[in-house]
Amino acid sequence: MGELRLMKGNEALAEAAIRAGMDAYFGYPITPQSEVLEYLTREAYKRTQCTILQAESEIASINMIYGASGAGARVMTSSSSPGISLMQEGISYIAGAELPCLLVNINRGGPGLGTIQPSQGDYFQSVKGGGHGDYRLIVLAPATVQEMADFVQDGWELAEKYRNPVMILSDGALGQMMEKVELREQIDRSKHVIPEWATTGKKKDRERNFITSLFIQPEEMEQVNLQLQAKYKTIVENEIRVQEVQTDDADFVIVAYGLSARIGRKVMELLRADGIKVGLIRPITLWPYPYETVSRAAERVKGFLSLELNAGQMVEDVRLAVNGRCPVEHYGRMGGIIPSPDEVADVIREMYSKIQ
Amino acid sequence: MQEIEHHYEDMDIVCERPTALLDKRMHYCPGCGHGVAHRIIMEAVEELGIQENTIGVAPVGCSVFAYHYMNVDMQEAAHGRATAVATGIKRCRPDKYVFTYQGDGDLAAIGTGETIHTVNRGENVLIVFINNAIYGMTGGQMAPTTLLEQKTSTTPYGREAPFMGNPLKITELLAQLPGAFYVTRQAVNTPLHVRRAKKAIVNGFKWQALNKGTCFVEIVSNCPTNWGMKPVESNKWLEEHMLPFYPLGDMKVPSKEELENG
Ligand SMILES: Cc1ncc(C[n+]2csc(CCOP(=O)(O)OP(=O)(O)O)c2C)c(N)n1
Repeated sequence: MGELRLMKGNEALAEAAIRAGMDAYFGYPITPQSEVLEYLTREAYKRTQCTILQAESEIASINMIYGASGAGARVMTSSSSPGISLMQEGISYIAGAELPCLLVNINRGGPGLGTIQPSQGDYFQSVKGGGHGDYRLIVLAPATVQEMADFVQDGWELAEKYRNPVMILSDGALGQMMEKVELREQIDRSKHVIPEWATTGKKKDRERNFITSLFIQPEEMEQVNLQLQAKYKTIVENEIRVQEVQTDDADFVIVAYGLSARIGRKVMELLRADGIKVGLIRPITLWPYPYETVSRAAERVKGFLSLELNAGQMVEDVRLAVNGRCPVEHYGRMGGIIPSPDEVADVIREMYSKIQ
Repeated sequence: MQEIEHHYEDMDIVCERPTALLDKRMHYCPGCGHGVAHRIIMEAVEELGIQENTIGVAPVGCSVFAYHYMNVDMQEAAHGRATAVATGIKRCRPDKYVFTYQGDGDLAAIGTGETIHTVNRGENVLIVFINNAIYGMTGGQMAPTTLLEQKTSTTPYGREAPFMGNPLKITELLAQLPGAFYVTRQAVNTPLHVRRAKKAIVNGFKWQALNKGTCFVEIVSNCPTNWGMKPVESNKWLEEHMLPFYPLGDMKVPSKEELENG
């Protein structure tokens, strides 16, 4: 058993990053995730001598990430919605140049400056693009402080395996809430194997390495895109993560991720006590999305509710998976308002009475 | 007429392509200063014997393909972000010589913030800034360094300060920052200027090892194509119009003590 601590989500994430052997963090303060940078400046350098730098903007941060990852370092940045928007050009470059890195979005309400309260309004931005061009991020959605910590090392391992940026998409509530967390052992970062493609100085026995996303010849650019698509296909085949709760006997399924999934679980309990057999599908990877799991459930159940802290984004993916076989509705609150389980249970009761 | 006999074997080679520069035909227009600037940077790398330990960052601009010619490990940055990329590299590989190569649009317009903050932090990198007073790659639009009255495709009647702002002397601005260790302005329009510019670049690399701050070398250069001039003409125009406004010389030089207590 690893060390147990009671920690805030943001701090658990930062602590996990130190333990996972992070080489460098570049970031810019923004609520509700400034604790990450604060915790790291306090703790990280003195323990592992890694680089922690408060950059002058999120644009600078993401481009520092590009440089450091291109030089073979294990790197992370974190921000919240407006800051993540500012990073999108850089994220597209990172995806295009196939650089591994970990990006953390502690989602707050938008659009615009919005609110500092929790939201899941950045689903589209995270899983459907955000930046320009045909690229994908692997997106992990933690639902507990434990997962805020665990997904750091898991995320880096995925990023390095596929040379692809990985995003942890969390929200202001998970970032701020305190829970028990079991921490993993410290990894010795001096033992990292520096990838052979990295720019570390051209040795005599090899050609120079260069990191770029520029391929000016159409034929070459198309080939690069086809290779990226082939990689994404492999990721879809191998890396989908999803949790199913009591879907075996369910007549109705709630689909929800992150914070919403916690509410969804409570709703499920309330309705089961009433005799309505509700199950929960919790996508853990938002991309690649667990279409198959939702599709299989659609064979048996009478309806779905996509529960999200937004105006209805993931519901589009649920509908794609269900493909018209039964009703799919969305319920969500915005602006940082978190719906109560009773409120959601009423929505499902109403819906369920119509599809009986 | 008497035939000339060649006896190459009797001759000494006094000048050849530096091995750190790949034997490739460059995409630059005839007479463009980028080619010369590439060459002197790679000559410096070769002479200092640091090819194995140098990492370069290319900008977005005409020199976006610098990594096609420079035989060192390189990264191609987003437009304006080369110094942030260089910061990321240098912080993780502090024992390497890291340099950026950037045009005026890249360094002094879209990337002004990164430029100032990189120098202000005193990142131990060399920044080479090619000032040709125009956006070459996108077809000759106004640059932050475009001179007053200079015609470009977006200042068709000449740049006027009240509408288009004034030419930016970013190098003078950067020389004020405590993080700057060495700041100089050079040119590549005459053999003498080329030799001086190379010396400045050699210093910029060499002094990186002292870990005392940013070395910044501006190179005033030309753009015959977008200036609408023949190469020789453009070098004359540079001398007559650019240099009076962008005077050559050192703006910040390390003291003897600073260089000795390395
Ligand atoms: C975000 C972004 N905006 C605009 C451009 C288009 N663009 C490419 S190069 C360039 C300006 C290049 O001028 P400069 O930096 O002076 O270099 P030069 O080509 O003159 O060497 C611009 C505006 C881009 N690539 N990316």
